[in-house]
Amino acid sequence: MKNIWLYILVSAGVSYLIRATPLVLIRREIKNVTLRSFLYYVPYVTLAVMTFPAIVDATQSPWAGLLALLVGAYLAWRGKSLFLVAVACCVVVFGAELLLV
Amino acid sequence: MIDHKANFRRGVVDGLPIALGYFAVAFTLGIAAKNAGFSAVQAMVESLTNNASAGEYAVFSLVAAGAGYLEVAVMTLVTNARYLLMSCSLSQKLPPETSVLHRLLVAFDVTDEIFGISIAFPGRLDPWYTYGAVAVAIPGWGLGTFLGVVVGNALPLRLVSALSVGLYGMFLAIIVPPAKKDKVVRGLVLISFALSFCASHLPALNGISAGVKTIVLTVAIALAAALLFPVKEGKEAQA
Repeated sequence: MKNIWLYILVSAGVSYLIRATPLVLIRREIKNVTLRSFLYYVPYVTLAVMTFPAIVDATQSPWAGLLALLVGAYLAWRGKSLFLVAVACCVVVFGAELLLV
Repeated sequence: MIDHKANFRRGVVDGLPIALGYFAVAFTLGIAAKNAGFSAVQAMVESLTNNASAGEYAVFSLVAAGAGYLEVAVMTLVTNARYLLMSCSLSQKLPPETSVLHRLLVAFDVTDEIFGISIAFPGRLDPWYTYGAVAVAIPGWGLGTFLGVVVGNALPLRLVSALSVGLYGMFLAIIVPPAKKDKVVRGLVLISFALSFCASHLPALNGISAGVKTIVLTVAIALAAALLFPVKEGKEAQA
């Protein structure tokens, strides 16, 4: 029988090193334009990749997820706050699934 | 003069929806942990020290399958590799003079969500803003995992389903406003949606984990954009 605490230690150590290494080692502003541009685009691309189609797969009914995506995108476009957009998505899914599921 | 207290409070407010979403996600993780033989306390410690949904899920399934420590280490590295990219990005968002201690503390909870709101902070990132968000998000994450093990499937599926989209709603709130202002970002978001959809529906790519797909797509799309549309000096700070 393997030790669960050792598994926790191993996964925690690896997870932390991945996150801490770049933050500690890259101390200066990067001057290279391509690299700077790359790091500037990374957050938007990675969050977009993680949002769709995952939002549609996360709900019991894919239509509820799709509706949440549209409502969330509309509210965000109108400049609504993080909290409001997040809660609106939850409410939309809850309401839609009352009818759909 | 930066008002750290005000920024911390702002972080707490922005961290609240994250904490709710985390609670729901962690709850389902707790169920997976229980199946892998973790006690409630062990599962909670795993969550509090790993702070990664996909990564933890991979660990739980590997342990359930009787994998070795090296396999767990490699899998953690692969599923969490996107945090390496995010930390590189964050290193440019922090003021260059930020101390090593602050860098080590910020690193602890670089997650999709905390990273997202930290990047959306206007101008240079004040670590205290991140700490405020982490201070409410981490308890949600740990408590969710703990309760997931203890009460298992008692939470109605309907509620879990609704809570689980909160995190995506937050992502939308982060990426849509810059997409409205910047044509390139708008195009990138749409292309990312399209390619991500293709990647998760092409039968040939079925065996690849979601974490790996995220990294490959992120690097490919962001690199192409960097080469085609290099960003002018000073633009980053406004976004």
